Amino acid sequence: MDVNEYLGLFLDEAQEHIQSVNTQLLKLEQTGSFEAVQEIFRSAHTLKGMSATMGYEHVANLTHEMESALDLVRGGKKESNQLLLDTMFSAMEQIEEMIANIESGGSGSNVDVGATVKAFQSFIGQEETEAVEAVSPFTVDLYTDSVVEQAKQTGFEAFQLSVKLSDAVVLKAARAYMVFDRLQELGEVVRTVPDTEAIEQEQFELSFEVLFLSQESAEVIEHAVSQVSEVDRVHVTVFTSEHESVPEVAASAEAVAVPEVKPQPSAQEAEEVKEQPVAQAKTIRVNLERIDRLMNLFEEFIIDRGRLERLADEVGQPELNETVEKIKRGTNELQSLVLTLRMMPIEQVFNRFPRMVRSVAKDIHKKVQLDITGAETELDRTVIDEIGDPLVHLIRNAIDHGIELPEVREQAGKDKQGKLSLRAYHGGNRVFIEIEDDGAGINVDKVRAKALERGVLTAEEAAAMSDNELAMLIFAPGFSTADVVTDLSGRGVGLDVVKNKIESLGGVVSLETVVGQGTKFQVSLPLTLSIISAMLVLAGDETYAIPLSSILETTLLDEADILTAHRERVFDFRGQLVPLVYLKEMFGIDAETKSQFPVVVVRKGNKLVGVVVNDLIGQQEIVMKPLGSYLEGIPAISGATILGDGRVALIVDSNDLF
Amino acid sequence: MEQKWVVFSLADNTYGIDVQSVRSIERLQPVTRVPNAPAHVKGVINLRGVVTPVIDLRLRLGYEEIEATDETRILIASLNQGDAGFIVDRANEVVESDDVRIEPIPESSQDMLSAHLTAIAKGEDKLFSLLDANALFEDQHAE
Repeated sequence: MDVNEYLGLFLDEAQEHIQSVNTQLLKLEQTGSFEAVQEIFRSAHTLKGMSATMGYEHVANLTHEMESALDLVRGGKKESNQLLLDTMFSAMEQIEEMIANIESGGSGSNVDVGATVKAFQSFIGQEETEAVEAVSPFTVDLYTDSVVEQAKQTGFEAFQLSVKLSDAVVLKAARAYMVFDRLQELGEVVRTVPDTEAIEQEQFELSFEVLFLSQESAEVIEHAVSQVSEVDRVHVTVFTSEHESVPEVAASAEAVAVPEVKPQPSAQEAEEVKEQPVAQAKTIRVNLERIDRLMNLFEEFIIDRGRLERLADEVGQPELNETVEKIKRGTNELQSLVLTLRMMPIEQVFNRFPRMVRSVAKDIHKKVQLDITGAETELDRTVIDEIGDPLVHLIRNAIDHGIELPEVREQAGKDKQGKLSLRAYHGGNRVFIEIEDDGAGINVDKVRAKALERGVLTAEEAAAMSDNELAMLIFAPGFSTADVVTDLSGRGVGLDVVKNKIESLGGVVSLETVVGQGTKFQVSLPLTLSIISAMLVLAGDETYAIPLSSILETTLLDEADILTAHRERVFDFRGQLVPLVYLKEMFGIDAETKSQFPVVVVRKGNKLVGVVVNDLIGQQEIVMKPLGSYLEGIPAISGATILGDGRVALIVDSNDLF
Repeated sequence: MEQKWVVFSLADNTYGIDVQSVRSIERLQPVTRVPNAPAHVKGVINLRGVVTPVIDLRLRLGYEEIEATDETRILIASLNQGDAGFIVDRANEVVESDDVRIEPIPESSQDMLSAHLTAIAKGEDKLFSLLDANALFEDQHAE
């Protein structure tokens, strides 16, 4: 077995630990929480073990020093200070860089960790760190205590087992399982470090600790366990809770509420004063490729279902119809289930923001408090992968241009510390992400002046626009109003890229701003990209699909209803003049339009357009497929779908009709 | 190294594409027109669930368009940017490099084809031009 096979797992877990450390570091900085020190220590320890096993020396060295420094804090021998915090922050940045290097095939030795290691060592000072193994890994909580007490009353003895597997062990989890199996015959396992779940997932180095109740003697236990092959060393001692050091007991008081499940720290919790234990659902890791294959198969299935429905309709046999109806209901349920498989909490994206906000704010001498809500909001994995960068940009922009310097804020009668809120929530079949700051707001006059100067707008156009509409111009290409070009933003590249990216994900970005009070950016994204409801229409004899999400309604129009205004064809839609677009003209199709014809009214923001088609076929669930990169940039076409009869129909991008 | 080419006909000429890049040879099937696409892009087809663009190689290489016949085939090629189909008049055979001699394209040839042509293969009773399938697709926007 090759180390490479575990690389994916290593990378995943390293990311998780880095994320957890970052979250806890922020918590430590804000609250000085002792629990945070413990969590960071644990993660650093695991990172060290993992990277040493995988042979990534640099990561192992750095985490080793970090672990040593933290051990002193944890043991109450040293106080944590700002210098240590900063060192840990930069250590995590370096580790992240190294992990990224490993991910792209490197050995993780791309970063010079010398200075950071030195900083840790100077913190550790002359104090020799104790061997970690010397400390009992079992923090004593009331639960364990009472179990041990009860056991002792019934003639059991509590033992602490330290099991080390041989270096050459291949299936660590299996060996650990065999050890547990043996132990179950002799008594009862109370706790393990790391916990059993982690051991089952091979998330441990070669050794693990077991708290064990038994009526047998230490020698019998030791012998039984050492019989398991590939067990290198077993050490059995009688467990007594009195030996614990004071700080750990203090820490345990907090742990009482959660006797067994360690809460996975989330970014959101870090911001809350009161910590709420989160019961973790059991999860398994599944290769994304498998899920994608499942999706593809399922899409095929949906297409066949459409075909089946059509055939059943033609045959008109009641029993057949009933069966098809059943299949339809079943697949509908299956569809929502399959779709949720690809859904992930946006937490994964949000998690990196607290640290980023901290460092950006620090760099430009601003004080920013970040509030995150709705990190558990789920959306499609594809969107998750893509949305990070645009959000980073918007957040940087908010800190850079939105939130003022502390002095300025004070003069304006605001709290020195600016507030940045990051919110995610579901609404209909979309996900909304909001970034709101309580900063200076966008200077609309400046934007207007710039737009006029650049010829983006005419004076009349500008006069007719609302403040928010004018402010949206900051998303126009090459538009930057920054007085001072900073390192962060204001380089004139950026916000238009953000907008394009979001739109390519089927999203919309909008903003609200009030001068002196702040700006709110809102990004709305589709929940999922692949299966959508659409109206199938005919233009000439060609079939097109128009996404239902953009359709306001469909209506029938008489030729006599068409009006002409400034050479443009319009019609009266509930008192509003709406321009007409002929799909056949747009797509160069030679076909007659009858004197009465259907119109699909689509909207984009507040604007409406009536799309004239030759016939409406009906509403249907369609699977969106890309047209491929060769045909990218075809106007008014956003993709394709496969119809029930196996033919391809193109999907109309109604945004392009305006 | 031994090489093989799928040899096909277009009008009176024969061409070859590296067999490595040919995924399959399909009979002509309903093609959905893509509006406002370049003229030689015939449209897209449903190739076992994957929407695949199809190019009329006659138009692409400057021949006259003809009605499809029983022999018309779509060569599905696996290209840098994904799969794509080429409509050809007829797929003839697979030729091995042992049977032909490879010659460079005459330098004097100013033909528009030369951008996509890599070489000419000459055998006892055959002569065909080797096409670079990727080039056929990639510089379509340039023209």
